[in-house]
Amino acid sequence: MMLLSLISEGAGLDPRVLAIRLSYLVACFLFVLGLVNLTHPDRARRGNTLAALGMLIAVCSTLLDAQILEFHWIIGGILLGSIVGVPMGLKIPMTKMPERIALSHAFGGLAVALVGVIYYIHEQGFVKAGHVDKFHMSAVGFEVLMGAITFTGSIMAFGKLQGFLPGKPTTFPMQNAITVGSIVLGAAMVLFLVVRPESVPHNVANIVFYTMCGLGLLMGVLLVLPIGGADMPVVICLLNSYAGLAASASGFALDNQVLIICGALDGGSGFILAMAMSKAMNRSFMNVIFGAFGSAAPAGAGGGAGGKAANVNEASVEDAAELLKASGSVIVVPGYGMAVAQAQHAVREIANLLEKNSCRVRYAIHPVAGRMPGHMNVLLAEANVPYDLLYDLDQINDDFVNTDVVIVVGANDVVNPAAKTSPGSPIFGMPVFNCDQAKAVIVLKRSMNPGFAGIENELFVHPKTMMVFGDAKQTLQKMATALKGDSH
Amino acid sequence: MTESQVLGLFVFMLAAFMGYAVITKVPALLHTPLMSFTNAISGISLVASLVAAGAKWGLVATILGIIAVTAASINVVGGFLITDRMLKMFRRKPGAK
Repeated sequence: MMLLSLISEGAGLDPRVLAIRLSYLVACFLFVLGLVNLTHPDRARRGNTLAALGMLIAVCSTLLDAQILEFHWIIGGILLGSIVGVPMGLKIPMTKMPERIALSHAFGGLAVALVGVIYYIHEQGFVKAGHVDKFHMSAVGFEVLMGAITFTGSIMAFGKLQGFLPGKPTTFPMQNAITVGSIVLGAAMVLFLVVRPESVPHNVANIVFYTMCGLGLLMGVLLVLPIGGADMPVVICLLNSYAGLAASASGFALDNQVLIICGALDGGSGFILAMAMSKAMNRSFMNVIFGAFGSAAPAGAGGGAGGKAANVNEASVEDAAELLKASGSVIVVPGYGMAVAQAQHAVREIANLLEKNSCRVRYAIHPVAGRMPGHMNVLLAEANVPYDLLYDLDQINDDFVNTDVVIVVGANDVVNPAAKTSPGSPIFGMPVFNCDQAKAVIVLKRSMNPGFAGIENELFVHPKTMMVFGDAKQTLQKMATALKGDSH
Repeated sequence: MTESQVLGLFVFMLAAFMGYAVITKVPALLHTPLMSFTNAISGISLVASLVAAGAKWGLVATILGIIAVTAASINVVGGFLITDRMLKMFRRKPGAK
């Protein structure tokens, strides 16, 4: 404390304020160090712990803030948050990770938007000595608008993932016009609050401000409504980015650097992931942001309706097991269907049996497999699959030629050869796995229904392909029994 | 604009570049933990909510502040826990260590 007061004399800051500021510096250091550690799976866990320590330091030192006069309710809020947060952290199954991430974006957006509203009320619309404080008003306007969009947008995404909202794109007449119109109107309202003349009475400004809040909530709904389940990875990344940008704006509103930095990291990471996802679907970034406004409705596209059922080579579990028994190299391609069937442990069991049979088993993970970036990796890690067996698209795509059997577990678009061969297909140009180059393909699928995007998949009627219908988990378990039976 | 606001823009710019450099190095393997990690650290908005909720700026501000504190705490506590839970599952092939 002596040292602090010595430094603060020079800096001209209250020692308590200085202590808080310096603790934020330490917290920032730990956050960035944590992020750097996250670049390697062996160090990632330590990185997360470091960042959590930084958060603890930042929160504890904030309680020293002289502005805080009433502690009961704050402690109550933290306790309530922890009571909800601990089970959310420890109990949610890994297959539900996209839902939990969507929810956490909603909470983040809500918290940031509310802070913005509180400061707007407290600062009386940022009118000081007859003038609008333009910088703070723009920061708060942006913060509240983005926070509100993130809040309802994420709730919508959660609803679609969880299934209480229809997962298919919901469209209505004039959708694009209404969505774009509301964005323009929202931006115009922020602009009005910033440049409003002094003659505008405070209550008029208030009406505009609260209408803008409502509009932000509406925009979140409008933006996510037309987006289908398969595009969910991009939407989740974008909402992540919005939540971060809103947090960063709140840092500008409060002159708080730690908020600016964390928001920039969160916003940047969401943006980078969204770009990676859009690249993996061969859609331009603009097309993902604006093309998703209902125009990307590929339902019913794709030709070749005739005679598809006749060519399907349906196989029994035993046939598939027989084929696997004779193979020396296998690549597993998981998709969202694996998450739905919770089949990751059954996949691992098959892999164990094959490995005992001196077969090389690897896993090919497409960037957009599942409902969020890295979804399949987490599920397979949960099933104790070593991470050095998980391969990215670029790493493994040339190896399919030398592979005996590919097992497709609930994946569809990412193994569709139409992306390479038919220019008319909605997914044409999207990088896909070269499954058709392997010697044989086993596809585990619930039924012959086309995937979410409604696109025919030639791989399923390919002469090399064996279709095994049924629930992926049960099929794999039966296959494991068949494999064990043979080895006795 | 004040000096500290201009400095804030510098901070934002540098953080964005640094974030880009580091985050592009995170392997696709860890993209889900990356997302829950950045989500947890952006729960730093908790510090702003704490001041807003505890400053006695009137009933409305206090109520909204407490909701914000609760929401941000859920993200902080849940976010770090779930990231840890995910990261401890990632293992190498036994023996390759």
